[in-house]
Amino acid sequence: MALDYSQKVMDHFINPRNVGEIENADGIGEAGNPKCGDIMKIYLKVNPDTKVIDDVKFKTFGCASAIASSSMATELIKGRTIEDAWNLTNSAVAEALDGLPPIKMHCSVLAEEAIHEALNDYRAKNGMEIIPMEHHEE
Amino acid sequence: MFVYMDHTATTPTSPEVLKAMMPYFSENFGNPSSVYSFSRKSRAAIEKARSQVAAALNADPSEIFFTGSGTEADNWALKGTLEKAMKAGKNHLITTSIEHHAILHTAEYLKKFHGVDVTYLPVDSEGFVSVKDVENAITDKTALVSVMFANNEVGTIEPVAEIGALCREKKIPFHTDAVQAAAHLDIDVKAMNIDMLSMSAHKMYGPKGVGALYLKKGLRPENFVHGGAQEKGRRASTENIAGIVGFGEAMEILKSRLDEDKKINSERRDRLIAGLLEKIPHAKLNGATGDKRLPNNINFSFIGVEGETLLLDLDAKGISASTGSACSSESLDPSHVLLALGLKHEMAHGSLRFTIGRLTTDEQIDYVLDVLPEIVARRRAMSPLWEDFLKTVKN
Ligand SMILES: Cc1ncc(COP(=O)(O)O)c(C=O)c1O
Ligand code: FES
Repeated sequence: MALDYSQKVMDHFINPRNVGEIENADGIGEAGNPKCGDIMKIYLKVNPDTKVIDDVKFKTFGCASAIASSSMATELIKGRTIEDAWNLTNSAVAEALDGLPPIKMHCSVLAEEAIHEALNDYRAKNGMEIIPMEHHEE
Repeated sequence: MFVYMDHTATTPTSPEVLKAMMPYFSENFGNPSSVYSFSRKSRAAIEKARSQVAAALNADPSEIFFTGSGTEADNWALKGTLEKAMKAGKNHLITTSIEHHAILHTAEYLKKFHGVDVTYLPVDSEGFVSVKDVENAITDKTALVSVMFANNEVGTIEPVAEIGALCREKKIPFHTDAVQAAAHLDIDVKAMNIDMLSMSAHKMYGPKGVGALYLKKGLRPENFVHGGAQEKGRRASTENIAGIVGFGEAMEILKSRLDEDKKINSERRDRLIAGLLEKIPHAKLNGATGDKRLPNNINFSFIGVEGETLLLDLDAKGISASTGSACSSESLDPSHVLLALGLKHEMAHGSLRFTIGRLTTDEQIDYVLDVLPEIVARRRAMSPLWEDFLKTVKN
């Protein structure tokens, strides 16, 4: 298949931001892609007073689109509150990357879901209510 | 550096071939079917090409039929044979699970629209079909056995001569897709008891859009392309003269340097394989080793990384390769060939194929050995799957 990625996607793929793990993370989330078997893992450090995401790291096994989406998503939620971060949609991630090929939209869902998992992990650990997750394909 | 290591996808038309083709566009453009003397040159050119292709296979020129591609030759062999056999009550097709889609999707079509009963033979972990399995699958309804000569993804060379002998004994027509094999191996259709064989010019430094089906004398599958009386009434449509001329020329050149090419390709192949095994931890070679593997095929799985990312990283270094990863297929399914060899999804995901050829140099092999280990290590470092894998290895 021809790989027609935007320059932004290529930039985030070649030099992904926020790669790695956080020791003693406040929230950890993992999402798998039923479509092609890819995995994203996300680590959050949250300020206990302000509920702002101070640090975020990811590890992703997947295509260029999955890696670029992970990288972009971490940039978009860093410095935001956990409420704001919850509202980040995969289409916003794709838009920030100047679009993804239609067949690759599902890769950005991986990022949205991993963030939701990590946020719910944080909420559970801090006695907050779990937010029900909606699974969708694109 | 531009490093083209995808010769299995296609090859450049060689300059000698192009030169031979040139007079058949604007000068000798006559329609071979016309009566006037001007078109004789076109007819003669086609017949020369037919002899060149036939000679390379130890076939008779009258047994070579030009088609528009390897895919068309495959379609014709399967559909033409089954359609005819069904009139005589035979509706069973035996093929394998590692065929090219040109065969697999044709078999699926025959099943769906004609009620053909298809047996897909399994392969072992190196990609070999067992002759015993072929024998056991044969019933009194079997109309055709179609087993590829060599696999395009992992390069495994099938026991074609044994299957040919078996089918001859059982009096069942035997077809083989030799689209890849014909570009690298000596093929003798008589000695190997092959009844039908598909080929394609663009895999052997000829032009795209021209192929051929070898049909043993006496075999008459139904026509596939209906229309005019070209190719002795067996394959309609005005001949692609320049393409056919190029095919004949490419085949003759290929044959003249086959042993030399085989030697140099196998040496480079084995050096690349050995180097990658040494430099990349937990690298797995897919397919067979030695002379049961196409001399130009190198196929690896690197657990923990995804193939499309490797292709893009390699592309950034000027290297063109290919993968069987789900992420780089239109269907998001991993390679059916790698799955048939028993690879887990994540191993198929991390597959990478290099296919070398006339554009390859020793320096390019060194270059790949230089850059790939770093690329794999870097992508593995950001992969949660690799992290999990390392835990299982340590324990
Ligand atoms: C084994 C095999 N069969 C058939 C084909 C199709 O040939 P063509 O491109 O001439 O239609 C290919 C090409 O990729 C192939 O590798
Ligand atoms: S992660 Fe598989 S297609 Fe993107």
